[in-house]
Amino acid sequence: MEKRVTFSKWTVGILFAVPQLLLIFTFFYWPAGQAVYWSLTLQQPWGGGNIWVGLDNFRSILSSADYWNSITVSLVFAAISTGIVMFVALVLAALTDRQLTGSRFYRVVLIWPYGIAAPALALAFRFILAPEAGFMAVVNQAWPGFWDPGLDGVDAMASIIAAFSWKYIGYNFIFFLAAFQAIPRSLIEASAMDGAGVIRRFWDIQFPLITPTIFFLLVINITESFQDSFGIVDIMTSGGPANATNLMVYKIYSDGFKGLDYSGAAAQSIILMLLIIVLTIFQFRFIERRVHYR
Amino acid sequence: MSMIKHGLAALVAGTISVSLALPAVAAPTKFDFWFGLSGDLERVVQTLCKNFNESQKDYEVVCTSQGNYDATLQNTIAAFRAGKQPTVVQVYDVGTATMMLSGAYKPADKLMEENGYKIDYSDYFPGIARYYATSKGEMLSFPFNSSTALMYWNKDAFAKIGKTEAPKTWEDVGADLKALKDAGYDCPMAINISGNESWQLMEQFSAIHNQPIATKNNGYDGLDARLEVNKTKFVQYVGDLKKWYDEGLIKIKSKDLGQDMVQSFASGTCEVILSSVGDHGTVGKTKKEGLNWDVAELPTYAGTERKNSLVGGASLWVLSGKSPEEYKGAAAFLNFIHDPKTALFWSTNTGYIPVTKSGFDYMKANGFYDKAPFKGRETAIASLTASEPTDITRGVRLGNFTQIRAEFGTQMQAIFANKVSVQEGIDTLVKNGDAILDRFQQTYPNKTLP
Repeated sequence: MEKRVTFSKWTVGILFAVPQLLLIFTFFYWPAGQAVYWSLTLQQPWGGGNIWVGLDNFRSILSSADYWNSITVSLVFAAISTGIVMFVALVLAALTDRQLTGSRFYRVVLIWPYGIAAPALALAFRFILAPEAGFMAVVNQAWPGFWDPGLDGVDAMASIIAAFSWKYIGYNFIFFLAAFQAIPRSLIEASAMDGAGVIRRFWDIQFPLITPTIFFLLVINITESFQDSFGIVDIMTSGGPANATNLMVYKIYSDGFKGLDYSGAAAQSIILMLLIIVLTIFQFRFIERRVHYR
Repeated sequence: MSMIKHGLAALVAGTISVSLALPAVAAPTKFDFWFGLSGDLERVVQTLCKNFNESQKDYEVVCTSQGNYDATLQNTIAAFRAGKQPTVVQVYDVGTATMMLSGAYKPADKLMEENGYKIDYSDYFPGIARYYATSKGEMLSFPFNSSTALMYWNKDAFAKIGKTEAPKTWEDVGADLKALKDAGYDCPMAINISGNESWQLMEQFSAIHNQPIATKNNGYDGLDARLEVNKTKFVQYVGDLKKWYDEGLIKIKSKDLGQDMVQSFASGTCEVILSSVGDHGTVGKTKKEGLNWDVAELPTYAGTERKNSLVGGASLWVLSGKSPEEYKGAAAFLNFIHDPKTALFWSTNTGYIPVTKSGFDYMKANGFYDKAPFKGRETAIASLTASEPTDITRGVRLGNFTQIRAEFGTQMQAIFANKVSVQEGIDTLVKNGDAILDRFQQTYPNKTLP
């Protein structure tokens, strides 16, 4: 007779998973489920009751020109800022990896911006980019009316892209640098001995080997540009001028919390969630094919 | 094991003795007051709370700033849904309609009556009381910090163009701004066009000219009110402002651009602004050395019979679901704030105006308005009491008005950036504003404003 204590594998597995499942349920599925429920009802802000309205909230949002504008500016923001962030971070990381003079210093300093909270850096950028008082005042002195984020939507968009990019370059830099340093030195040295120049080595050896990192950062940057842009928009432009920087995440906040339209905001956040899911699936489906995992 | 037992026994004994000892101490009843003022104003409110706590021994008010008006309302709603709401909360003027439909309050007049306080509601300036009262005239909340909009003008600049008085009509303003420009002033008048300025540019303007903002007497008579500012004198006004902006007579000043409107006036950069009397103190304290300035009532178009301007600021609401003791404390607190002496303290330390006639008289008797820095603030009272409130100068009672103000900012920015014409912009404001009102009405089916 067997004396060992045995557990059914199934029970043990479940037991180990329970704490994690509980956490995910409490902090993700429950609120997300609540948001879905709210988006299908009209909630009275003070909790006095609600009415089931089916898909009415979605219908009214999707028929609003302001909302489509919000989607458009969000996509523009995501595309441009992701492009700038990844390009600059890649170049900086490639240079730092080459051990040029001062690269140790840059390695530390370039990470700092990511450690700064979005509202704080937005405040700093607001001062720097203020057309009458900041650095741009000098430019405006030379070309009057050149820079006016208060009325010109393009200028305002450029301001928030600049602030967001500045923060995320640091974040991307860490990953790129780590990826570069994971490439065996022998590969680079061998190709150098074969006569390949810096640019050649970058395109033929380093770039293909860091594609997994590039792909990872692409997904993260696009997702973050939809979500983490809130603090910057709130401090720098409040969505203006004339909704030119009213990103989806900011519109959710202003409709939900300032306008007390909880149901409309819930419906918008469901749409935002779906949009990010679709974008991510798209990236995995079509871009990941070009990624070479080792 | 025995140690644990002894420990437990000691703990139980301790708890019993503490709970036995408690009634003997007779600690004051504590209750919460949440407000939305920050910075210097927050310190004044805290002093006010301290004064109340020291004035009697039965109650202790715990005052907590939530940073700003929006956050105060949001946090109060969240707390109310969790059953942890404060007893008294400060809600800004445009939150009044939302509060009235919330079903979350105890009417202020009932509270005072139940607790034996007699308040003479006719003592409130009608322009202030009507803003917060029901259509039948009952006070559901107590007016607290109150202000109205005034025109600030630079006396020295106007002296240069031979004027010793502020312009009374918008026609004169146009001529004066032109003269100021010709006299070499780069920024004759400063405005800002965010959602916040809906207050002086749209709401105050409409009240003074007796023009409606929305149907159903600005929403007082029903939730089915809809905006109609695209058919009133407001269109002409925005057209004039835009024209003056294009001619360089008006400059846009906001914090985002480097210098806000009030700073631009106090520093002498711009010669005229339209702002709250609440900024009277700020201008006095931060003005450039030797700046010679004064305030005047907002101008009207020629041939207009001037009506009272609207009150701005916030009122104090008492929330439901609290104990009778806390309500007693809240009533004592509101009674304390109602006292003319508190009005003097409050107005001396802030730019806000007294809300009652007795408070105003008490301050006048004390010589408050006779000399700088407070001289000129009586203009605000004159503006608020320019006429008996008409059906449409009682105030604005529209749901989610914060969002309509934001929409005002958006459309003004579109107009000033030449994206749309004045009429198009205001039409869009009405269209989008109506969608907001529609939604508000749907959220509260079968409910009517008290």
